[in-house]
Amino acid sequence: MYAQMVKSEAANDDPALLAAFQARIDAGERIEPKDWMPDAYRKTLIRQIGQHAHSEIVGQLPEGNWITRAPTLERKAILLAKVQDEAGHGLYLYCAAETLGVTRDDLTEQLLSGRMKYSSIFNYPTLTWADIGAVGWLVDGAAIMNQVPLQRTSFGPYARAMVRICKEESFHQRQGYDLITKMAQGTAEQKAMAQDALNRFWYPSLMMFGPSDKDSVHSTQSMAWKIKINTNDELRQKFVDQTVPQAKYLGLTVPDENLKWNDDKDGWDFSEPDWNEFYDVLKGNGPCNTDRLSARQKAWSDGAWFRDGLMAHAKKAEARRVAAKVAAE
Amino acid sequence: MSNEWPLWEVFIRGQHGLNHRHVGSLHAPDAELAMRHARDVYTRRNEGVSIWVVPSAQITASAPSDKGPLFEPANDKVYRHPTFYDIPDEVGHM
Amino acid sequence: MPSLPDVMTPDAAQLAQAAGGEGRAPLETGSPEHDLFTGLTRLGDTTLILGHRVSEWCGLAPVLEEDIALANMALDLIGQTQLWLGLAGEVEGRGRDADALAFRRDGWEFHNLLLVERPNGDFGRTLMRQFLFDAYHLPLLKALEGSTNPRIAEIAAKAGKEVAYHVERSADLVIRLGDGTDESHARMQSSLDALWGYTGEAFIGDAVDARLGEAGVMPAPESLRSDWDRTVNAVLAEATLERPASDFAHKGGKQGRHSEHLGHLLTSMQWLQRSYPDATW
Repeated sequence: MYAQMVKSEAANDDPALLAAFQARIDAGERIEPKDWMPDAYRKTLIRQIGQHAHSEIVGQLPEGNWITRAPTLERKAILLAKVQDEAGHGLYLYCAAETLGVTRDDLTEQLLSGRMKYSSIFNYPTLTWADIGAVGWLVDGAAIMNQVPLQRTSFGPYARAMVRICKEESFHQRQGYDLITKMAQGTAEQKAMAQDALNRFWYPSLMMFGPSDKDSVHSTQSMAWKIKINTNDELRQKFVDQTVPQAKYLGLTVPDENLKWNDDKDGWDFSEPDWNEFYDVLKGNGPCNTDRLSARQKAWSDGAWFRDGLMAHAKKAEARRVAAKVAAE
Repeated sequence: MSNEWPLWEVFIRGQHGLNHRHVGSLHAPDAELAMRHARDVYTRRNEGVSIWVVPSAQITASAPSDKGPLFEPANDKVYRHPTFYDIPDEVGHM
Repeated sequence: MPSLPDVMTPDAAQLAQAAGGEGRAPLETGSPEHDLFTGLTRLGDTTLILGHRVSEWCGLAPVLEEDIALANMALDLIGQTQLWLGLAGEVEGRGRDADALAFRRDGWEFHNLLLVERPNGDFGRTLMRQFLFDAYHLPLLKALEGSTNPRIAEIAAKAGKEVAYHVERSADLVIRLGDGTDESHARMQSSLDALWGYTGEAFIGDAVDARLGEAGVMPAPESLRSDWDRTVNAVLAEATLERPASDFAHKGGKQGRHSEHLGHLLTSMQWLQRSYPDATW
């Protein structure tokens, strides 16, 4: 997911406080920034929301890669609006994290130094125009699976950011499917591009949910805190069940020989992605890790003079206002 | 040196004349830019007709521990709510 | 034998009917329709190329809030392009829509100002280019609102609202950065110096402009200069930037003679349409 394999912290606070805190969550109450919360809850959330925000920001790059090559004016506008939304989503999420006592600059610093992660999916390249459809359809589709339940997460600012994001996100998935539909129903070449995009994005999309976490202590803790609502396997199954018929409608083939309908579970059986590849990507060895991070580093360092210049002007202008007021008195 | 732009809270009044509502936050060097950023960030989908921006540091919030004393006294004043009163159907809408 | 297809031959007429105008003869140079088409492509190509340039920043701006603001501006410009080029296609009457004009013409058929094809450079360069253009764009649109052509007046009124915000934004940022740190000042001054020679073209009219001006369809370029000067002088003064003394103006963009940069821009912009001409997207 956008936040993958988030390690939860062990809580070692006063047991009575902890119990009261857990009772509030169990009762469906929202935790707000000024409420008491276990330090571990705070740290885990910063890590999770931060990673989610970073994913939105880095996620601008693979799609931004095609803005200047979009084939019609309307497609260019749609893609631009979509990538812009992602910047907005990153912004909302950073703000949610900031209510926990971390600054956006701190989080950015941690992303750029490699201490914080972003979703593995954005380390895959967008090679043809059909990939822009596949990203909307599959990647945003997978993200929505996770984001919809997170609207009910226990931390108020995170839940509210998710409500806003989910409202905007459904446009993303639809535009992706619309785009790939045009490709799949187009010329032979377009169809080939659409199939190739599905071939390359299928397994990385399944990886977005993270490896099975049914036995993970981190997962158990996060679910108790309601900052994780479903297991990775549940969401992955839901995603496959939703996506397979959509691929069929397009006349595209899901690249999995073992894909088979299973009446007993009322869902599709499917192959696991290659988890070794997943861990390689996490370690920094995905096809685009270096490019993505260096693009963000460059944007940040090239922009320092701009941010500082505007801050300097604001301080000067404020000083002038104060001086004028003093002179007037 | 930390030269981070300060944080601002954004309030927007929508098309339908309701009160300004908190919609989120953003960073800006001063009030004018905060206002412009708010327009660019929070009204992309035609959400508002009026914007307020307030430096986050200037907000005074009630403490969670005061929740009882602040809000519970209102709990038993049910007579303040219209549903407290039974109006005969024959009277019509009131 | 005439070098242009003759609209009176039965073949061409049939073709025109069958293909929604595709067989119609090209507009005759110097005719009012041709002038109007040229004037509209000057508007639409300029917003297209600038919108494209601005969109190159998407995801790479110095701060998230600016990234979002820039995208809004690029979206406005692309939207205006659809309207101007859409109308140009209708005027031409040969079945070309805004996309056909944007993606299927070569550089020498583009009529945008040279200023907007200048590469982005650093963020200050991009903002300075935007300001120098916006300060011209707004009075241009205000004048176009009074066009004798109601379609043009209508588009200008819509675009004018968007561009009023653009110029407010870009002027304010130029002032802030000019009067910011030593570094931001130096960067803005060097951007101004580098772009200055490309600002004059907007105010130099040719025969097409003269005829359009005469007919009240579009303003004479020269008439927009004083508004531009006023805005630019006021903003530069507040920004503590020095207006370059030279009045040399690079020109040619409006007539289809461009810098080398445009070809590279079109190479990526038009690539899919050119590589897969039979596809719909």
